[in-house]
Amino acid sequence: MYPIVLLSVFGIASLFLGFSKSKNILLPSVLLFLALALAGNFIDWNQGQLLYFYDMLRVNNLTMAFNGIVLVSAFMIVAISGGFQDNADSEPAEYYGLMLFSLVGAIMMIGFEHLIMLFIGVEILSVAMYVLTGSNKRNLRSNEAALKYFLMGAFATGFMLFGMALLYGATGSFSLTQIQSFVLTSHVASPSYILYAGLLLLLIGMLFKVSAAPFHFWTPDVYEGAPTIFTAFMSTVVKTAGFAAIYRLLDHSFTSIYSYWWIVVAAITVLTLMVGNIGATSQNSFKRMLAYSGISHAGYLLIAVTALSKPSQNAIVFYSLAYSLATICAFAVLMLVSKENTLEGQPDERYDAFNGLAKNNPFLAFVLTVSMLSLAGIPLTAGFWGKFMVFTSAADRGIIWITVIAVLMSTVGIYYYFRVIIASYLRDGNVVKIRVAPFFQVILVLATFLTLLFGIAPGLLEGLI
Amino acid sequence: MLTLLLILIPIAAAVLTLATGARLAKQVALIGGLAELGLAVFVWSQFDPSAGSQFAFKYHWLQSAGISFAGGIDGISMVLVLLTAFLTPFIILSAFGHDYKNSATFYSLILFMEAALIGVFTATDAFLFYLFFEAALIPVYFLAAVWGGENRAKVTFKFFIYTMFGSLFMLVALVYLYYQTPGTHTSELTAFYNLQLSAHSQGFIFWAFFIAFAIKMPLFPFHTWQPDTYTESPTQATMLLSGIMLKMGVYGLIRLLLPIVPLGVETWGILAVILSVIGIIYGSIIAIQQRDMKRLVAYSSFAHVGLMSAGVFSVSANGLQGAMVQMLAHGINVVGMFYIVDLIQARTKTRYLDQLGGISQSSPQFSVYFMILLLGSVALPLTNGFPGEFLLLSGVFNYNAWLGAIAGLTIILGSVYMLRLYQKSMFGQKSNWVEGFKDLTLSESLILIPLVVMVFWIGIFPNTFLKISEPAVNQILQIIN
Repeated sequence: MYPIVLLSVFGIASLFLGFSKSKNILLPSVLLFLALALAGNFIDWNQGQLLYFYDMLRVNNLTMAFNGIVLVSAFMIVAISGGFQDNADSEPAEYYGLMLFSLVGAIMMIGFEHLIMLFIGVEILSVAMYVLTGSNKRNLRSNEAALKYFLMGAFATGFMLFGMALLYGATGSFSLTQIQSFVLTSHVASPSYILYAGLLLLLIGMLFKVSAAPFHFWTPDVYEGAPTIFTAFMSTVVKTAGFAAIYRLLDHSFTSIYSYWWIVVAAITVLTLMVGNIGATSQNSFKRMLAYSGISHAGYLLIAVTALSKPSQNAIVFYSLAYSLATICAFAVLMLVSKENTLEGQPDERYDAFNGLAKNNPFLAFVLTVSMLSLAGIPLTAGFWGKFMVFTSAADRGIIWITVIAVLMSTVGIYYYFRVIIASYLRDGNVVKIRVAPFFQVILVLATFLTLLFGIAPGLLEGLI
Repeated sequence: MLTLLLILIPIAAAVLTLATGARLAKQVALIGGLAELGLAVFVWSQFDPSAGSQFAFKYHWLQSAGISFAGGIDGISMVLVLLTAFLTPFIILSAFGHDYKNSATFYSLILFMEAALIGVFTATDAFLFYLFFEAALIPVYFLAAVWGGENRAKVTFKFFIYTMFGSLFMLVALVYLYYQTPGTHTSELTAFYNLQLSAHSQGFIFWAFFIAFAIKMPLFPFHTWQPDTYTESPTQATMLLSGIMLKMGVYGLIRLLLPIVPLGVETWGILAVILSVIGIIYGSIIAIQQRDMKRLVAYSSFAHVGLMSAGVFSVSANGLQGAMVQMLAHGINVVGMFYIVDLIQARTKTRYLDQLGGISQSSPQFSVYFMILLLGSVALPLTNGFPGEFLLLSGVFNYNAWLGAIAGLTIILGSVYMLRLYQKSMFGQKSNWVEGFKDLTLSESLILIPLVVMVFWIGIFPNTFLKISEPAVNQILQIIN
């Protein structure tokens, strides 16, 4: 609850800070806001199950852990945004305000106890993201992306609302707990098909937000068109919140009808893994590849959802964390490199822009390598343990075949993640020495360090939740 | 504790090498490698072959999941730890003559690799084994990719994807096995040994393991990455790959595959032996036709590892013991051979046999060392190749006389390609490329002498090493039966 209140107030505060003459006060204050929200988040730590806002929001260690991941990701992204000072058109105060508001939405999604709360959360998050996607107003790509995201997103929201309405019709309540008790009791006596339909439509709406196939078509264009910093935000915060919400919904209310929905989710999982990984191989743009990589990671996370076994919860938390750290590093390096190289007046986001990166920028090449290794799931990085836990969750449920598909797809993944490593170490190119701001550097070091630390000692986070 | 130290020393040395920078990198790395060798010899002196796993360490890693960071040394591990610790200083020394860019990174990667290899050979937890098994790939990938020849990007990429592909299947198998363990699950290898699995599931696990290890070694038909990678890599990476990393595959067969899925081996083992034997013949025939010396040695290594794997799959004391001593011998010979090739290439700027000839005229010392290492590879009695190959062949022969007979051709074919190599390069008309070929310098002989000593030591007193691994091998056989 605390971060919701704090972030709402801070969001408004940062809008007002935009009036301030001094340009240099905004970024530090937003970072301070996020740090305070992060501290506020953990006030309820180890207090058991708490319900706030007339039983509409649940707070427990799991939701706080997800909030923590989202807030830390946001902190890192804001820290590397550099105050948006390189673009004359930009409106930093508005951007930061929207980011803080969207975090409110994310936190509502993570802890929802009432479907209306879920809907409000999704909308707060999404509307802010639509605007941020189109924030590069003079860029056609950015505008196109925003429109596409908005149209498709609105459609998905429609499905979601329809699903909620059907669920309400079937169960007579929006509350997760009451839906659960309905599923456990009355539903057993006389199965309600409206319930199945409602659940399916609701899932479609949520799977759209995490860009699972076949609801992924917006992802590559939107990720590519949006300014890189917001793409990073989208691919970490939105995805983590989305998966927290999906896990919460299914785990809390629908475990007893697992046999009905699991095959649907399993099919979507397999499709997502294939679309994401195979789609990524044919990209020439690093940024677009990261979009497809985002789809493929949604697939890995969906494995844990499909299995919904004991290790699933830890798997989703750990995987989201590992994925967010690595993705932020990747986008950060992309931002630095693409700013140096331009292609027809636009930042060059192709693989070729990374040619010879290691020669003059060994640090950036190292950071990029670690993040790629983590995304590819190579041991000694956090990404490996993420994949490992996801696979064990599937094995715990006894679904080995899905793991075999995932493993095949991981091999495909190595192919496209290594292309950029090869470009930066083995190809000749002339990337000049890139100046990295000290604070930027601290974030990169921190994210890389954490990726390696969790790769070597995954037990550190164990038993917290 | 000593085991953990064995893993930590190379890591510390690697970090130190990176920290000291290019000027002193060589020296620091060498000292690190020698310190590791010293410790390994000390461990050997304290080692009691009949006492099972010793010097163990165990820390919780993922406590709730029963996964621990655990290692220990038994006879099989001891042999390979000795091999790794012995070869690494020579691999480092062999790079002294080269002028590699970013040398600090280069040497530290070799040491990181050593740490990962020692980790593989000492892990007693299945997931720890897997972790090191994969982690060993990363340093050697960068060694080969950054300091390799012209085609390096493509070739090393293939190598990486190929080996990753195989080991991911092993991961699935390990996760499956882990969930078969009773109670709250554990990933200790001994728990995996005690599993009672149906023959059906053992078949699947057999293939998952087999593909992982067969790609690593490599066995026919999973070998296509190998010749190119060996040829394109810098000599030091090739030495690591062929001298030590290849043994990870054989070690995996002995440590995981045989004792965990004995029924799978019973059903499918014959196929594995056939593939291995095909590899022996196929590798030898291609080696005979090579004109590139490095490629020739690569194919000879491919043929030799086929025999080791055939011996392992014969599931007999002779076969396994033969594989153990042959791993040691092959490691020494192949590193020596690649060093010889490297020396010739550094002096003449060519590796092609038809451009060479008559080297022996101006370099008596070099010819003698070359000859000894070569005879070791050919498995002449009293050299290190002999005891291993003899035991392996007797193991395969007892398993299946026909296959044993075919595998026995390796002795003839091996001497054909090796002696052809020697003849074409050392004898005959002196070619233009060979003009002014200098004999060995002192430092070069200092590298070759210990290798040659080892060739004779293992050849004349194989028992020194055979008795290290004997109780452990018998224990594995007991688990299988």
